[in-house]
Amino acid sequence: MSSRRAERLVNLVICLLSTRQYLPASRIRQAVPGYEPDDGSPKADEAFKRMFERDKAELRELGIPLETGANSAQDDEAGYRISRQAYMLPDIRLEPDEAAVLGLAARVWRRAELSGAAEGALLKLRAAGIEAQDTLQPGIEPRLQTGEAAFGALWQAVRDRRAVTFAYRGAGRAEAQQRRLEPWGVVNRNGRWYVVGQDIDRGEQRVFRLGRIEGPVSFTGPAGAVQVPVGADVRAAVRKWDFDSPPQRTGVLRVRAGAGSGLRRHAVRTEPGPEPGWDTIAVPYSDSDWWSGHLASFGADVIVLEPADLREAVIGHLKGVLA
Amino acid sequence: MTPAASRPPTATDRLQRLLALVPYVVSRKVVSMTEAASAFGVTEEQLVDDLNMLWCVELRSPDPYCPIDLSYEGGEIVVSEAESIERPLRLGVDEASALLVALRMLAELPGMGDRSALGRTIAKLEAAAGTAAGPSAQVAVQVDSGAEREVLGQVTQALAEARRLHLSYYVPGRDEATERDVDPMRLVMVEGRSYLEGWCRRAEAVRLFRLDRILAASLLDLAAQVPPEARPRDVDQGLFRPSASDIQIELELASGGRWVAEYYPCEEVEELGDGRLRVSLRTPDTQWVRRLALRLGEDGRVTAPAELAGQVREDAQSALAHYS
Repeated sequence: MSSRRAERLVNLVICLLSTRQYLPASRIRQAVPGYEPDDGSPKADEAFKRMFERDKAELRELGIPLETGANSAQDDEAGYRISRQAYMLPDIRLEPDEAAVLGLAARVWRRAELSGAAEGALLKLRAAGIEAQDTLQPGIEPRLQTGEAAFGALWQAVRDRRAVTFAYRGAGRAEAQQRRLEPWGVVNRNGRWYVVGQDIDRGEQRVFRLGRIEGPVSFTGPAGAVQVPVGADVRAAVRKWDFDSPPQRTGVLRVRAGAGSGLRRHAVRTEPGPEPGWDTIAVPYSDSDWWSGHLASFGADVIVLEPADLREAVIGHLKGVLA
Repeated sequence: MTPAASRPPTATDRLQRLLALVPYVVSRKVVSMTEAASAFGVTEEQLVDDLNMLWCVELRSPDPYCPIDLSYEGGEIVVSEAESIERPLRLGVDEASALLVALRMLAELPGMGDRSALGRTIAKLEAAAGTAAGPSAQVAVQVDSGAEREVLGQVTQALAEARRLHLSYYVPGRDEATERDVDPMRLVMVEGRSYLEGWCRRAEAVRLFRLDRILAASLLDLAAQVPPEARPRDVDQGLFRPSASDIQIELELASGGRWVAEYYPCEEVEELGDGRLRVSLRTPDTQWVRRLALRLGEDGRVTAPAELAGQVREDAQSALAHYS
C-alpha cells in the first residue's frame, strides 16, 4: 500500500514539474498512473477526488510548492503545477571544512525535537552533491536537548506566528495560571528553554521558562497573526530575566582553611585568621535570598560575620532545617 | 542515518528518499550501490526497489513516456535521464532552522577552533534556504561556559596537541578542591554546559569536568595517553545514570524548593498540593544532598533515608553552634 502510494506521489510530482501549463485535475487523473480511471461512474470520481485531495495535502506538508491557477481568463477550471524555480534547491557548494561543520551541526539535535528535520536537511544537501562529514572535529561534541514537552508546540507557534495559551506555574507559585501569549521567539540559555512574547492579558513583553509550563500548549489564533515588533530582542529579554543584577554588597565570612574554594574564587580580599585554621574573606553578592541559602549549604565551614541581615538570614535558614 | 523516532517508514519518508535519490546520483555522476545505501540508511534490497520504482515512473498523457532513465549494472548507479527532478527539493523551514540554529550555536561555543568555516557555511546555507531561513532567527541558543579564559585556552591547546593536563578541580558536592592529571579526550556540551571529558589518572576512569569548576589548568610536558579501554560516554543518554547500587533519596519540597525538580534528575515527582512536591532520586554519594538540604532550609526536607535526615540535622546544629 505504502509502496503504491509512494509511486503515485512520485509520478504526481514529476507530472506537475514537467508542465508549464496549469493542469486541471481531470488531466492529472489521465496522466498519472495510480489514480482511479474515469469510467463515468460517480463512485470512481469520488474515489479519485478523495485520493487527489490527500495527495495534494501530502505534497504541501513536505514543502513542495504546489501552485493553483488558471491558464487564461476564459479558463474556469482551476489547474495545478509545480514551479521548477520554486521547487529546486539553489546551487550550494561547500568546501571540505564547511562540510565538516555542517556534519557537526546536524548532530547537535541528535535525539532532540528537530533531529528529524536536521537529518532531512542533510539528505537534501547530500543530494545536492555535498559530502557532509560525520566524523571530523573529534575533539568536540555539542548537543542541544529539548527535554521540555512544550518545545515542539512553541517552536511551531513561533514559526507559524500563532498565538498560544498554556498553564504556567511561576517560581514560588502554588498554583498554575492560564496564560495567553503571542510568541516572538524561543531561546535556550545555559541548557534551559524559554519563550518570549507579548503576554496578551498583561499587555507586556514576558519571558516564560518552558519547564514550568504544565500540560499542553494550545494554539488560539490563526497562522500568520502574530506580529513580532521590529527590534524585539528575544535573547536580551531572556538574559535580563535570568541574569542577576551586578554585585552590590560585600559579605565578610570566616571560612575554614581548605574549604569553600567556590567562594574563595570570587573573594575580593582574603586574610588568614584571626583564629588558626580559618581565613577571613570578603565576597561581593547581590541576591540576599539566594546567597543566604548558598552560604548555609557550607554548614559549619562558613560563618557569616557581616552584614548583620545576611548573618540573620543564614541563621534563619539553618533553623529552618531544624523546624 | 536513523529516523528521529523509531516509527515505521511511511509513504512520505519513501517519497522524500526517492526525490533525493535521483539528484544524489546525478550530482556524483556514478555512485556505487553500497555507498548510496549507506548514505540513505537503507539496505541494498530497498535501494534496488527504489531504483526500480523510479525507472518505472511513467506519464500517460498526452503520450506515454518514461521521464527517468537509470541503470545499476555491476553495482554502479548511473542516471542518464532525470528530467525535472535532477535537483533536490528546497529546504523546509524546520530543516533550515535545525541546521542554522545549530551552526549559530557552534559559532558561540568555546573551543571551536576555526570560526571562519562556520561563518561561511551559515552564509551559504542562508542563501540556499532563502525565505525558509527566516524563522530560524527566532530561535537563539546562548552558551556561557563560565570558564576562565586562561583555563579554556589550556584545555583547547591540550586537546589540539594531545597533551596531559593538570587540573585543580572544584567538587561543590564535597566543597573540595581536588588535584588531578587528566588525559583529555574531547569537549562536550550538553544541557547547556561545557565539559572536558578525559581519562582521569587519579580515578583511572573516564570523567567529565565542568569547565566552570576547573579552578586552574596547566599543560604538562607529557603526551596524553588515553588507554584503549577508555570509552567516551554516550551523552545522549543524559549525564547522570543512576545505578542499582545507588542510594534512594526522598525529599519533600515546599513551593520555594520546587526548583530542585528542575535541576536534578529525579526518578519520581509527585504533586502534594499547595505547590508542594515529593521527589525521589538516586545517587552514589549523599554528601551533596546534605548540602542541598542546608541550602533549602525550610523549603525542603529529606524524608528518607532516616539516617541522612539525621545527618542533615546534625550539620545544621553544628553550623548554628558557631552563631551562639
